[in-house]
Amino acid sequence: MAHELKEQELRSVESGKRATRLEEHIIEIISDSGEGAQTAGQMFGTILAKTGNSVWTVEIIPAEIEPPARTPAGASGNRIRVGSFPVTNAGDGADLVIGFNEQALIGGKWEDRYKPGCIILLESMWASHSDPEIVEAYNGVVDILKKEEYRLYEVPMEQECSKYVEDARRGKNMFVVGMLMYIYGRDLQLARNEIENKFEAKKPALVAPNIELLEAGYEWAEQNLDFRFEIPPSGVKEAQVVTNGNVAVALGIVASGMEVCAMYPITPATSASHYLSEIFAEVGGHVHQAEDEIAACAFAIGSSYAGKCAVTITSGPGMALKTELMALSVMAEIPLVLVNVQRGGPSTGLPTKVEQGDLLAAIFGTPGDAPKIVMAPATIEDCFYSIITARKIAETFRTLVVVLSDANLATGQQAFPRPKISKEWKAPPVDQSPVPADMGPLEWDPVTGLSQRFIPGQPGGMYTLTGLAHDSKGRVAYGPGVNQEGCNRRSLKLAAFQKTLQPPRVCGDESGDLLIVGWGSTKGAIEEAVARVRKDGLKVSSTHLTFLQPMASGLKEIMQKFKRVMTVEINYSDSYDDELIDENNRRYANLAWLLRARYLVDVDCWSNVHGRPMRPGAIEDMIRQRLK
Amino acid sequence: MFGLNSQCVLRVDEDYKTLKDYEGRAARWCPGCGDNGILTAAQRLCRDEQLPPEKCVFVSGIGCAARFPHYMNTYGFHGLHGRALPTAQGVKLHRPDLHVFVNMGDGDCCSIGTAHWIHTVRTNMKLVTMMHDNNIYGLTKNQASPTTPFGMKTNTTPQGAYLKAMNPLTVTLGITNVSFVAQVAEWLPEVLYDVIRQAFHHNGFAFIRILQRCPHFTPDIFSSLLSEPKNLLMLQHEDGMQLSETMSRLYKTTERHDPADIHRAREIAERDDIVPIGILFRDENIPRYEQIVKPGHKSTWGQREKVLNSAFDRFGINADFDSANEKAQW
Repeated sequence: MAHELKEQELRSVESGKRATRLEEHIIEIISDSGEGAQTAGQMFGTILAKTGNSVWTVEIIPAEIEPPARTPAGASGNRIRVGSFPVTNAGDGADLVIGFNEQALIGGKWEDRYKPGCIILLESMWASHSDPEIVEAYNGVVDILKKEEYRLYEVPMEQECSKYVEDARRGKNMFVVGMLMYIYGRDLQLARNEIENKFEAKKPALVAPNIELLEAGYEWAEQNLDFRFEIPPSGVKEAQVVTNGNVAVALGIVASGMEVCAMYPITPATSASHYLSEIFAEVGGHVHQAEDEIAACAFAIGSSYAGKCAVTITSGPGMALKTELMALSVMAEIPLVLVNVQRGGPSTGLPTKVEQGDLLAAIFGTPGDAPKIVMAPATIEDCFYSIITARKIAETFRTLVVVLSDANLATGQQAFPRPKISKEWKAPPVDQSPVPADMGPLEWDPVTGLSQRFIPGQPGGMYTLTGLAHDSKGRVAYGPGVNQEGCNRRSLKLAAFQKTLQPPRVCGDESGDLLIVGWGSTKGAIEEAVARVRKDGLKVSSTHLTFLQPMASGLKEIMQKFKRVMTVEINYSDSYDDELIDENNRRYANLAWLLRARYLVDVDCWSNVHGRPMRPGAIEDMIRQRLK
Repeated sequence: MFGLNSQCVLRVDEDYKTLKDYEGRAARWCPGCGDNGILTAAQRLCRDEQLPPEKCVFVSGIGCAARFPHYMNTYGFHGLHGRALPTAQGVKLHRPDLHVFVNMGDGDCCSIGTAHWIHTVRTNMKLVTMMHDNNIYGLTKNQASPTTPFGMKTNTTPQGAYLKAMNPLTVTLGITNVSFVAQVAEWLPEVLYDVIRQAFHHNGFAFIRILQRCPHFTPDIFSSLLSEPKNLLMLQHEDGMQLSETMSRLYKTTERHDPADIHRAREIAERDDIVPIGILFRDENIPRYEQIVKPGHKSTWGQREKVLNSAFDRFGINADFDSANEKAQW
């Protein structure tokens, strides 16, 4: 079989169905939950990356584990954006969609995820289903797709797969990978290898049937499809790693030298702990699943207090629960890294979907004055390095560092250069040397607010840490000068840290008509949109902030060189389109509030809470409209 | 000759620690506060065991009892209301070499920190926990706590407490992996010290409920126990608490109770006609969380490099870049 097929592959190359050469393509594979579209997407994404393309993949995840079958809300799958240039975001509408049923598929159309008229490959078994209601539903969707002139191909996946396996539902995803291997002209052997890697260790019996299905998909596509696409490699040849943002966070924790991660399950943050749990013990670390978010934070703080800085991972609702402990970390000057993988809010909100709504909560959410450092990775690679940086800052400045990732980074997969391991990442050993006589536990430097931390076990350093107001000897004291001094010193640490920051970099010209300021995961989409409009001569630039609290110097000077400044964010802001909204009551997006307050610049904003990654096309349209 | 061993025999005078070595700042509890007796017992324990002060950490929450660490000359963590136990767990997991003690009040432990209380019992980490139970919120001035007796008038229950008091002993004895439960009273210093000492030597999580008078809000709450020694049930056993002759003469209501017997421990804990004093339950063989999860690998940088490299290999691409790309089907 394999031999025969190889010949067919060759024939098909010779017969040379002309492939269309493109710079990029966006593929979506959509099934019911449990049908394996995610596996297919990950596998094909990996193959594309391995063959030299730049790839960004995003999981499409329903909120339930087993949502009802054949519903738009139950759609599960993967989006793959593949390009010949460095792909930094999930892109705009899909060019090619594969649906395992018409309902899961049509949901994407209602959500505006597909390009008008794009190619759709749809499982056709529903057309002849025994339930007339299903047949009717299927025909209804097919009519819409045809009417709206999508390039619809009905594919007898079930029928074809059942030639090879009893339960076709479980093998369709490999048939789909086979089709994609043909469409995008990749060596089938790579997919065979992926299947072997996936199943050989745990389920060796599944290797052969899955390879058969893969080959069947390839063959079917070859015989029945009238299109192929060639996306030339992007030219990256250096060694790379492909992970999602949560795995990158977990790897960052290992690389940072931390030893304790305490957490409580919360979507979309938990998968970072899953992967960390697999490997952490090998480096003497432990993932502690606490009884609740509060306990997780307290556990991490206890650990940090007694030695190396620890980390707690959560999402917005969990961060809200940790608020009091976050303030303790600041007040008692205990290093702590808190990773918040943001999701849609408020309250339970949109657990599986993206938002950047926790910035102000992270900075200001703690009652009283609790100055802490807040930073946001903009890429998956950043997710890795920001944890290493955060650990260092937390220990050096004896404070809390909040790292704001989000669901877009957590579930997106991207290749980045394989990190070169550096000894500088290493956490220092726990200091157990005697403390000099007469030295206090909080002898703040009057300029920087910094002080030496005493760690249990250090002879002569005995003191009682407290969240009550205290003086530089750590003594509880309520005098008016004492709290003023303590607050002042803790605040000065932020200023001292701020002096170490590099000014933000401008993407585009140093001056112009419009500057877009962003933070976090929207960087790729913003820069792509800016690049597109700049091609048409629009004077637009962008800048992206890594540190949100404190902010680097230089931003004001940058902003002043533009006629207009606005932020683009995934969080809520009021729109002047609403009758009641005017400048007296408009509520701005998170970063816009901050910039307006600090720089007295009339910063506008454009944001939404659709729960999905920012699309470059949408930002582009917005820019063009604003500059009309 | 405490602390005498072969390494320090010549320096016994300078190395030997006295009670003074464990005294922190002057205690600021109200005169007559039962917390003072508990503090003395803890300092005596440290002295008798000759614990290096820098190796001890007293973790507390918020409340009168939670001021405890300030009055010890050890490391202390006066943290947040209700959160002493998870904080102490974090300390112990990262630093098993430290002796970790926890001081909480009844509000701290049985109300705001209840979830942590239950789960810390279950993890069975080696921690000595003193729950100072004065049946009232003292620091916030006289509000009903979970252990306030039914009908007692407080600032939040001027008509009398609505609910029957919670029984911390039966709760603790009902939790999976419970390994040490005791009850003592601060006005019985000899017994208090003995039980804290046994808790210190226990191989796991030791929970001691200490009946404690608040001189302001519950000065007479235990008066029937003070005036009528027969209202205390002294649990004696060669493996548990043992009473001195003097104590035996005073406290005549006794029961020979084997701390290994959890069923009898639960029956005793259930009684509301008498107050048990002593070690209700002890099991030295329950696995401790810090032992279970104790990593088998050393935390060396070399090990980290190895793990990172194999992860980068696992997620790596382009190792076989050229061969993969040459075979593209065009």
